[in-house]
Amino acid sequence: MVNAQPRTGQEPGSRPSPNGTKSEVGVHCRDLRCTFSSERGSVTALDGVTFSARPHEFVCVVGPSGCGKSTLLRAIAGLVVPTSGSIIYEGALSQPRGGLVVQEHGTFPWMSVLDNVAFGLEMRGMPKAERRALAMDYIEKVGLAEFAHHYPHELSVGMRQRVAIGRAFVSDPPMFLMDEPFGALDAQTRWVLQAELLRIWSEHRKLVLFVTHDVQEAVLLGDRVLVLTGRPGRIREDIHVPLDRPRDARRGHHLLNELTWHIWRLLEQEVQEGLAVR
Amino acid sequence: MAYLATAGTGSPGRAGSALSGRTAAAIGWSWPSTLVVVSLLAAWEVAVRSGTIQGLLAPAPSAIGRILIGLLASGVMPVQLGATLLRVAGGLALGAGTGTVVGLVMGWSEKARLTLDPIVAALHPIPKIALFPLLIVLLGVGERSKVAAISIAAFFPATISTMGGVRAMNPVHLDLARVYGASTWQLFRRVLLPGSLPIVLGGLRIAANVAFLSTIAVEMVAAQTGLGALLWQSWQLFRIEQLYATLLIITFVGIGLGTMIRWVSARSAPWLSERQGAG
Repeated sequence: MVNAQPRTGQEPGSRPSPNGTKSEVGVHCRDLRCTFSSERGSVTALDGVTFSARPHEFVCVVGPSGCGKSTLLRAIAGLVVPTSGSIIYEGALSQPRGGLVVQEHGTFPWMSVLDNVAFGLEMRGMPKAERRALAMDYIEKVGLAEFAHHYPHELSVGMRQRVAIGRAFVSDPPMFLMDEPFGALDAQTRWVLQAELLRIWSEHRKLVLFVTHDVQEAVLLGDRVLVLTGRPGRIREDIHVPLDRPRDARRGHHLLNELTWHIWRLLEQEVQEGLAVR
Repeated sequence: MAYLATAGTGSPGRAGSALSGRTAAAIGWSWPSTLVVVSLLAAWEVAVRSGTIQGLLAPAPSAIGRILIGLLASGVMPVQLGATLLRVAGGLALGAGTGTVVGLVMGWSEKARLTLDPIVAALHPIPKIALFPLLIVLLGVGERSKVAAISIAAFFPATISTMGGVRAMNPVHLDLARVYGASTWQLFRRVLLPGSLPIVLGGLRIAANVAFLSTIAVEMVAAQTGLGALLWQSWQLFRIEQLYATLLIITFVGIGLGTMIRWVSARSAPWLSERQGAG
């Protein structure tokens, strides 16, 4: 276990080595606070966020826009140093690598699909032939076999997200961090990719933190849904979704609808409170 | 190049191959252009032969052509051309090479940028050719002062555009590199360098242009060899046909230099050449 915060991302003297980290981690955030200061004053994005996520969980994070969802993810990824509070990676000796998937620009325009997918493996120092073979497997899994040697600009937005997902899973990191990965997709493509994500994830079963503004998506995918308050973000409610997968929103499952409406109401209150303050 | 930019933008999705065809057409020579040039030359020839314009100051194209062939065949022109190209290459390699490295450092490190940027900004507006006399004092009248002047001229566009290229990097790409555990070297080689390449190559094109310009200028002032020297000598000896012939060669060198940089761009950044006409 390592208390990764608030100062560096690592234990003093330790280097981030995948060897020291188990192949799966849990995350415990305690009293997490992130304040950004600029010349125009300071903004508190997160204030006192406390939650735990177990190694096999799929945790979705929703909240009003600007509530610090992305900041939370970036803090856990080690890209943002929290102002105070702690993040403990259970099962890790240093800042664990994450399979990061973002909404846009998540592929490198100068790399072919193959090199993009193999990027995480390359960073780990895996020999070329080996990583290419492994990456090809995952390119097939995300249905892009014919496009392995194409560049991202030749692909649609949805196909690029498949590349990013393939890269995340082939790297087999101890946790996955997804920041609205389907936010820029049309509804049909989103359904297809949600299903594909779950299919590939079920082979890995590692912690996923999935930020989304789409309540239905959160309920469809997550074991749990964390609802954040408006800025500064706190945990408003931690909702367990006691449903087996696959879940299908289109067929209107009773409990699914209940949960969706419940979260919608929470968010609506948050948004209205946010407006009242102003 | 403004036309190229419009041809390249607004190219969504998979139009790559179709677009590269259009881009090639935009760069390439076309029959109508040839027709215009040939007609102008013919009109010029006729005007000189009929005595409408004075052949002494504007010799007929045929006369210029004869002199040019003579200069090429006698080996005068190839030798001068070689001297010029050597200087351009040396100055460009030294100046743009250093500039790219300095630009990368300035783009990456805030401390380096805050320290060096005011200095670069202060020196950049100086017409670099004005430093040439000083360089002769410092380095002597030989090749060293010339290559130094050319390098200094090429250094600034390379530095400034490389710095801009690194700073214009999409931060998401840097995040990805960090989260996937890139080492400093991996970050540099696989993300920073290719990510800033489009702007770096744009800067290289300007640097090549400036290097060529400076070479001709330096040669006119202080060289016994090179196209610039030949040009100046033509004026001094009043060999007007040779003056025109040399200008023609200089034009072709300029075009050739541009084509070469475009070719290098297309080779080193294939993801761009299809989309944006090689940056």
